Amino acid sequence: MGGPLLEIRNLDVAFATPRGTVRAVREVSLELRRGECLALVGESGSGKSQLFLGSFGLLAASGFARGTVRFDGRELLGPDPAPLREVLGTRVAMVAQDPMNALTPHLTIARQLSEVVLERGVLDAEAAKKRSLEVLRSVRMPDPEARLRQYPHELSGGQRQRAAIAMALMTQPDLLVADEPTTALDVTVQAQVLEVLREARDRGLALVLITHDLGVVAGIADRVAVMYGGRIVESAPVRELFAGPAHPYTAALLASVPRLDAALTRRLAGIEGQPPRPGVEAPGCAFAPRCPATTEQCRVAQPGLRAAGERRVACHTPLVRLGEPS
Amino acid sequence: MAGSIPASGTSDGGLWADARRRLIGNRAAVAAGVVVLLLVVAALVGPMLSPYAIDHVDWTLSPLASPPSLDNGHWFGTDSNGRDLFVRVWSGTQVSLLVALLATAVSVVIGVAWGATAGYLGGRADGWMMRAVDVLYALPYMFFVIILTVVFGRSLWLIFLAIGAVGWLTMARIVRGQALALRQREFVAAAVALGLPAHRIIARHIVPNVLGPVIVYATLTVPQVILFESFLSFLGLGVQEPLTSLGRLVAEGALEMETAPWQLLAPSAVLAALLLALNFLGDGLRDALDPRQG
Amino acid sequence: MSARLLEVRGLTVRFPLRRAGLLATRHWLTAVDGVDLEVAAGQSVGIVGESGCGKSTLARAILALLRPAAGSVAWRGTLVRPGDAPALRRMRREAQVVFQDPVGSLDPRMTVGESVAEALVALAGPQPRAARDSRVAATLQEVGLDPALAARYPHELSGGQCQRAAIARAIVARPALLVCDEAVSALDVSVQAQIVNLLSELRERHGLALLFISHNLAVVRHLCDEVVVLYLGRVVERASREALFAAPRHPYTRALLEAVPEPDPEAWSGDRAAGFVQGEAAPLPDPAAAAGCAYAARCRFADQRCRSEVPVLESEGDGHLIACHHWRALPPPCGFPGPAGRPASENNGLPPAVTGR
Repeated sequence: MGGPLLEIRNLDVAFATPRGTVRAVREVSLELRRGECLALVGESGSGKSQLFLGSFGLLAASGFARGTVRFDGRELLGPDPAPLREVLGTRVAMVAQDPMNALTPHLTIARQLSEVVLERGVLDAEAAKKRSLEVLRSVRMPDPEARLRQYPHELSGGQRQRAAIAMALMTQPDLLVADEPTTALDVTVQAQVLEVLREARDRGLALVLITHDLGVVAGIADRVAVMYGGRIVESAPVRELFAGPAHPYTAALLASVPRLDAALTRRLAGIEGQPPRPGVEAPGCAFAPRCPATTEQCRVAQPGLRAAGERRVACHTPLVRLGEPS
Repeated sequence: MAGSIPASGTSDGGLWADARRRLIGNRAAVAAGVVVLLLVVAALVGPMLSPYAIDHVDWTLSPLASPPSLDNGHWFGTDSNGRDLFVRVWSGTQVSLLVALLATAVSVVIGVAWGATAGYLGGRADGWMMRAVDVLYALPYMFFVIILTVVFGRSLWLIFLAIGAVGWLTMARIVRGQALALRQREFVAAAVALGLPAHRIIARHIVPNVLGPVIVYATLTVPQVILFESFLSFLGLGVQEPLTSLGRLVAEGALEMETAPWQLLAPSAVLAALLLALNFLGDGLRDALDPRQG
Repeated sequence: MSARLLEVRGLTVRFPLRRAGLLATRHWLTAVDGVDLEVAAGQSVGIVGESGCGKSTLARAILALLRPAAGSVAWRGTLVRPGDAPALRRMRREAQVVFQDPVGSLDPRMTVGESVAEALVALAGPQPRAARDSRVAATLQEVGLDPALAARYPHELSGGQCQRAAIARAIVARPALLVCDEAVSALDVSVQAQIVNLLSELRERHGLALLFISHNLAVVRHLCDEVVVLYLGRVVERASREALFAAPRHPYTRALLEAVPEPDPEAWSGDRAAGFVQGEAAPLPDPAAAAGCAYAARCRFADQRCRSEVPVLESEGDGHLIACHHWRALPPPCGFPGPAGRPASENNGLPPAVTGR
């Protein structure tokens, strides 16, 4: 067991637009161990999708990423493109948000699944077919043989998402990055897909789940990182985060989710204002305009990272006392 | 106040302003636009610069068809009948542009109205309206124009009516496709839920949102119409004497290509420049009006 | 008894399925099947269900944006038929709608102010300019928008702001009923809470009735007095908020409630009910769909009777209606009584998960 499986240090992701450079991700550092599930939580404009797109060189043409991204010790963003090429699609797999976008409409499921391994010369056609069936069974796809012959539009939403996950699992990756995998699904189907992801995690797969749904996070994550305005504002093991959030944003977010088991109140505890648009640069903490615990210092100075054990928080006035800012 | 932001600055002007900005940033399109403008100005002003009238035969020349020269004032030379080509080329350009603009205007008005209505109504009404378009499409166009010309004589108005009457068909198809897509959008459902009558929805919500493709297609139609008019002239069916058009001039010049090449050169150069510039401009407009937000 | 605003009886909406041949028999898909519904003045009714349940289709049919195949819609006691212009006009003046996509529900070529003004003029008749502008500004303020935003275009505003603008457009003519079709589903969580609060405030201030369509049960529980559960176009359960969430009776309602992931890691240790929710809702074209209970294909308790006989809505008392043959025979339900924790009975009284976890 070497170091962490994925290590990101001071990652910046920015885009060149006619209106100037827009920074979507600012100085983000995080780690992921083997077999661990990290949930990346954030609302729109928080940069959560761009963080991983940037780490794996999947940005749009106008985007660029700067910083250190090490997968199993090898630098992916360095001048040598080889490590990234080797790793992407084999040891690291990504599942996009809308399964319809991940699947090619005019190819059968069988073709799309085997393409992934045939392309790389990893397996021959016979073995690829066998692996496809195995993988479809592991994602609990009903009637896998029939599905192989079908086209994406013949599958239901939940089945398409399962097929997309299966595609990602074909090369037996060490890391799966799933961007909002259950957002477009019904809640009953969501429960089944989460079960599939949990089983994969139990078999040793490291999982990054990008989502805004805190219920989903609670069900599957080992650790949670909360993003706001392009930065990670808090990260902690899941139980500690839910039991006692340190960052006011995390606390406010948790409070604004209506829960079935909570007492009914007249008003939902929302957060005033709206999430900042990407690229809007504030001198101090990005959350200061909306924060109930804001001070003068918050408006002018970027909060440093405080750490205690597994927990990190970037806040001048955290709700839970951690160490001093580094 | 929850959710509100202070009114800092002004609106960015909406989608039209956005398009204008994109267009201005496109150098080729701007250059093309300048060329078109120059040609239009030249067409309007040109004939006034020369002392010669459009049908004045210069008997002092021998032979009558003389090459361009600066001293005798025939800057583009003269045609086989001794008429000054400079004046004739720019007058011809006026006529070509006029026909093109009017014909395109007719196409746009009829095409947008027909297509937007068919697309919005959908169902059977759409079916009938577009079948009518299909039937008209099948008519032999040239045949139709020739018959009209024979029956009604070769008047300018007839020409652009004939061209416009056929040009609207493609415009209608394009607009109908756009309208069909727009119909599914939620803001159209919202307008229906307000109880707005169909004609108001078409006018206020469908048409403004199809103008993008319409403008692009119209700009690209203008050169097509000029070419078609030229073709008619080539066949001898275009405008009548003493009026002339670029097409007629090219047709006449082509006959004298070996002995008096300047008669072909001037009108062809102007025609080519006009068509090229209009196409570039049309392309630039299409890029600018592409509704992709930043 | 407060005034009945909306009364829907036996509403049925069908869509034709295209078949390859010109001469093949027409197949229909019944998206909404015999739905009854009432909304009284000031009342808030929630319609929940998953994809394919027909809730959006139902909303559009009620608003006369779609033509129903059967059934009736009555506004304040008067029947509203799709071709009946005066009756439609009367209903539209008082019943307006907010859609799911905040930016898409506003015309991209009109400013926010123009959109709201258009609604005012369409519903309340022409107004002198000054009166119109001041009313638009006042309404924008009421929904929490700076009136200066009236000059902006939808693409310049955030999702939350656009949705507020859409709400402004819907309430500017003071309707009695607001139909919300997944109005908060496309919004960020923190903004969702703001809009939900806004809707509550508007209800209190204007006595606005609400027909709230959503797949988000927690939000529905917060906003609605009465809840209707739809499955593949049919009403399977209807009850007051308290009854439905504390004591759900229909197997589908129970499955739905159990599948909602709570933001609480503790609640996930132990058995998870994911195993007993099998399959997905697959709408069948007629006539296969007409036979038997719509949920029979996925239901643990389904037997031959369920597959052949359509269950009718039966009353448990107090306006709690259930459409199930076996609801009386099921173990007593335990719902979500409060912060004390999950239901005492495992899996909400249903058999343990098939996976045996």
